[in-house]
Amino acid sequence: MQSRAVWPLLALAVILIVDGIISPNFYDIRIVEGRLFGNLIDILYRAVPTALVALGMAVVIGTKGIDLSVGSIAAISGAIIAWRIQAGDPHGLVLVWALAAAAVCGAWNGALVAGLGIQPIIATLILMVSGRGIGMMVNLFYGGTDPSFQSAFLQGLSTGSVLYVPTRLFVFTGLFLLLWVLIRRTALGLFVEATGGNAAASNIAGVNARLIAFVAYVICGLMAGWAGVILTADTHTSDPVSVALYIELDAILAVVIGGGSLAGGRIYLGMTVIGALVIQTLTTSILISGLPPEYNLIIKALVVLFVLVLQSDKARQGIAAALWRRVRQ
Amino acid sequence: MQKETPQSAVTMRGIRKAFPGVQALDDVDFDLGASEIHALLGENGAGKSTLIKVLTGALARDGGEIALQGQPVEFASTGEAQAAGISTVYQEVNLIPAMSVLQNLTLGKTGGRFGVISWRRARAQAQEKLDRLGLKVDLDRALGSHSVAVQQMVAIARALDAETRVLVLDEPTASLDAQETSALFEVMRSLKERGISIVFITHFLDQVYEISDRLTVLRNGRKVGSGRTAETGRQELIAMMIGRELGEVEAAFAGERRAAEGEPVLTARNVGRKRLLQPFDLELRAGEAVGLSGLLGSGRTEMTKLLFGAIRPDSGTLEMRGKGRVGASPGASLEAGMALCPEDRKAEGLVGELSVRENIVLSMQAKRGWLNRVSRAEQEKIADEMIRALAIATPDAEKPVRQLSGGNQQKVVLARALASQPRILLLDEPTRGIDVGAHAEILVLIRKLCAEGLALLVASSEIDEVVSSSDRVVVLRDRRKIGEISGGEITRDNIVTMIAGNDG
Amino acid sequence: MSALLNKKYLPFYATVLVFVAIFLIGGATYRNFLSMRVLGNILADNSFIIIAATGATFVILSGGIDLSIGSMIGFVGVSVAVLDSLGWDPLSSAILMLIFGFAFGAFQGWVIDSLDIQPFIITLAGLFLLRGLCFMVTVNAVPITHEWADLYSDIRIRLPGKGLLRSSAMVMLASLAVAIFIAHFTRFGTNVYAIGGDRESARLMGVNIRRTTVMVYAVAGFYSALAGVVYALYTKSGYPLAGNTLELSAIASVVLGGTLLTGGVGMVAGTLFGGMILGLISTLIIFNGSLNSAWILISSGVLLFGFIVLHRFLVSSFDIGNGR
Repeated sequence: MQSRAVWPLLALAVILIVDGIISPNFYDIRIVEGRLFGNLIDILYRAVPTALVALGMAVVIGTKGIDLSVGSIAAISGAIIAWRIQAGDPHGLVLVWALAAAAVCGAWNGALVAGLGIQPIIATLILMVSGRGIGMMVNLFYGGTDPSFQSAFLQGLSTGSVLYVPTRLFVFTGLFLLLWVLIRRTALGLFVEATGGNAAASNIAGVNARLIAFVAYVICGLMAGWAGVILTADTHTSDPVSVALYIELDAILAVVIGGGSLAGGRIYLGMTVIGALVIQTLTTSILISGLPPEYNLIIKALVVLFVLVLQSDKARQGIAAALWRRVRQ
Repeated sequence: MQKETPQSAVTMRGIRKAFPGVQALDDVDFDLGASEIHALLGENGAGKSTLIKVLTGALARDGGEIALQGQPVEFASTGEAQAAGISTVYQEVNLIPAMSVLQNLTLGKTGGRFGVISWRRARAQAQEKLDRLGLKVDLDRALGSHSVAVQQMVAIARALDAETRVLVLDEPTASLDAQETSALFEVMRSLKERGISIVFITHFLDQVYEISDRLTVLRNGRKVGSGRTAETGRQELIAMMIGRELGEVEAAFAGERRAAEGEPVLTARNVGRKRLLQPFDLELRAGEAVGLSGLLGSGRTEMTKLLFGAIRPDSGTLEMRGKGRVGASPGASLEAGMALCPEDRKAEGLVGELSVRENIVLSMQAKRGWLNRVSRAEQEKIADEMIRALAIATPDAEKPVRQLSGGNQQKVVLARALASQPRILLLDEPTRGIDVGAHAEILVLIRKLCAEGLALLVASSEIDEVVSSSDRVVVLRDRRKIGEISGGEITRDNIVTMIAGNDG
Repeated sequence: MSALLNKKYLPFYATVLVFVAIFLIGGATYRNFLSMRVLGNILADNSFIIIAATGATFVILSGGIDLSIGSMIGFVGVSVAVLDSLGWDPLSSAILMLIFGFAFGAFQGWVIDSLDIQPFIITLAGLFLLRGLCFMVTVNAVPITHEWADLYSDIRIRLPGKGLLRSSAMVMLASLAVAIFIAHFTRFGTNVYAIGGDRESARLMGVNIRRTTVMVYAVAGFYSALAGVVYALYTKSGYPLAGNTLELSAIASVVLGGTLLTGGVGMVAGTLFGGMILGLISTLIIFNGSLNSAWILISSGVLLFGFIVLHRFLVSSFDIGNGR
């Protein structure tokens, strides 16, 4: 563990300690109806979709890119689920369809960024704007009727529990390990970081920088697709207008809190998850503290600013200089 | 020649400037006479730009004195220098191509009440500036839609004002064709007649002889000579620019030149690309070091990149023994057993944020493919071996490579290439901008690699380095391969003569 | 003459062309579509988006981005409404909110420049902050009841052919005119184009980067606040969720208006047409009746894609002119 890991963990610890002071039974965990309940479990449970998206985002940001369309991709994969279930596909196949659609969305972004060389913010804006519309169109495929569905399999993945533990935590752990193996146990991580750090040098070194960027967007699309699956199965209805709204912002924030720089060149998977937990813990803490939930956004904004100031070289130098002046006086 | 005349426009004495790891200027004197055109020459990294930046206040100097028309001056910014009558047109910093000519001439200069621009007045002033140079340009068209020559002229028009005494032009002709260049020279001559002194940085020798009155040559941050252009022979000039006294190590090598013996491993037939390098033939053989000599802009870098596939050739074929046609992309070349160490370490060589270890294994990993990851233990072993073998000065392999000194960074680039176990190694300026010790070490290494059966191509701007370390030398001039010499023919004089051309 | 053929105005012409084409298609498909009344309605209905997009044009021209637009509209809306319930007249509260918008934008600009952080992230924090403030002001929809609000909505100019130019459209056109003047006839406007075109060159050419950056975001904040005021008065209420995701529509309007998202090229006037194109599309889809709002999003996306690709190739043609 390097020193950069200290700050997010410290932030998480401080929030949790404050929670314990405000609400003495904050850490209680009970078993109700065959599964664990409690604030800590709730934080983990609710953090899953953001954390999934944030992991994909971390890979894209590692290539010096960004993906604004993750919310739209989640909406599309959710809509595909409702459609294919209505169409009578086996539910395992439905999951495959949803993820395949998400991968196609990621490939579209990747083609614009890596193929046409369009700036990532701009390229992914296109799908961000139109993606929810596409989701609404998919809902119309079965006549615009009620987009809700029942699926023991998918709802089990999202809201069920196994051995007292919510199933989605297993799903998340599995996906995290899979991604970790893909990034750290193959050379993909090194290639992504090299591409994000210096694409020209990576090319000369023999890395196909464009292909790497493309793959990163596909991975990000898949992770967003999984978030869409979890969220849609949770509400068992396809709601492209509001599902995963602003999730791209939370995901980017999680990456940044986890120490990733938008300038690219590094992927911190574990710390990104911590970043997502910090965000969710804040949200939950505000809820239980009795403060109106509206404070959540303000506190989030202040956290963003604080983290950015900490990460900014310019700010650190300025603060150091100011302190030095004070010491000398 | 060095006499300080009262009418000299600028006198610089004992200028020193150091950057981390490099002495960019070391005790440099520079004299610019009144209404003269003075060519400033030197290879990349010789210190031309640094000298200009010190003169125009863009960089603070570490030592030395500057006098303008005999008066000592001290500029804290380019603005102050401009106010004192020194205007500069930088090479890399152009104007803003998406804006109109008028806007480019007006930007940052207009007054006006409440920041409101009177375009009528601005237009009149801009027109006046253009008229001063005798330019006829549509003020309303986007600057970027004009030819580069016109853009260059507009930049000069912008830089000049009524008080300008000294004009500095940094590589103004780099992308101009012959006609455009002569139009620019026309303007320069008329400015000179009006009493303006011009510092003209260029690497085109013909242009130096055509336009300049005097010249100064820098090399590795030192002034190596200056004089009247008419009295300086072409060969003498080339020798000043790229010649260098042999160091001990290199002198030792000069004796042991061997004839080409190995089989040809890489054969280029008619490989070239329009505007970059005319089609050429080349053979590289195992165990042989081929030097690539030529002036700045002669196509050295382009040749290495064409061979590696980093620039796609638009003609010819490249064949590698046992591999058939190669050179489609850097990745494919690497696969086939080639490696390139590029000239520009920062932009194309290293991933600065990644560690020494990660940089070293990058190419070998790319060669093995993404699925077949080099294990961490193996990575560390290779990195440590390379650090030891190349004597890379770093506390450990995990240090971000951007924190190393220039020479050590160069060694990391080399280590990365070597770790991919190439049969052919292309080195572009392997000793650029590094200190003497590291310089010698790298030359020793080149020799050693060669002895181990590697085919080497070494592009260099230092003629003596080429002479001392090559078994064969390819000479380039004006983006064309003009010949090959080997064995006893490899002498400094021969190469200089070839570069200078028949008329030298 | 050659100025007319200038490549950099190509996106602007394309915008106007697309606008006219969609309008004509609408006219050919539906009776009563091709009328001053529809045009007047589109102008009024989209006035606040176009006002906000006008401010965003400066940001995008400077090479930045502002995500706080939608939240600013929401915040200004609820503030005006709550101040109304406290007995303030709309004019006073509007002036207060415009000052706030300007100051908030200036602060964002200052942070962006002084900390050297991507504008995307800073204005994202602004988005969170302002939306949070919305809910702190009130969590309910608050009506605006002051008599001046009625007065405001009664102001209208009759256009030929049963058309009406409503007060919101007038405010929008006036603010657009001011923006065009700022962009093309002030030093600040020229500086915005310059730092968007090439920041480093602009710095060396004597442009004060910090002052320009701060002003750019201040102007954007001011226009977003104005959009919020117009929105509140137009709907005669404040609602804390108002303006959600409107920053996207604003940015899309700017891009459809022919401004390059990479900065430095574009025209403020184009944003009017960009915003009108989005408005036309939604009106057309509402006229149709059988199409749903998904079409609005998808067609915006398709148009965005077309314009972005067009811009991409324009930019590379500039690069050739600039290349050495």
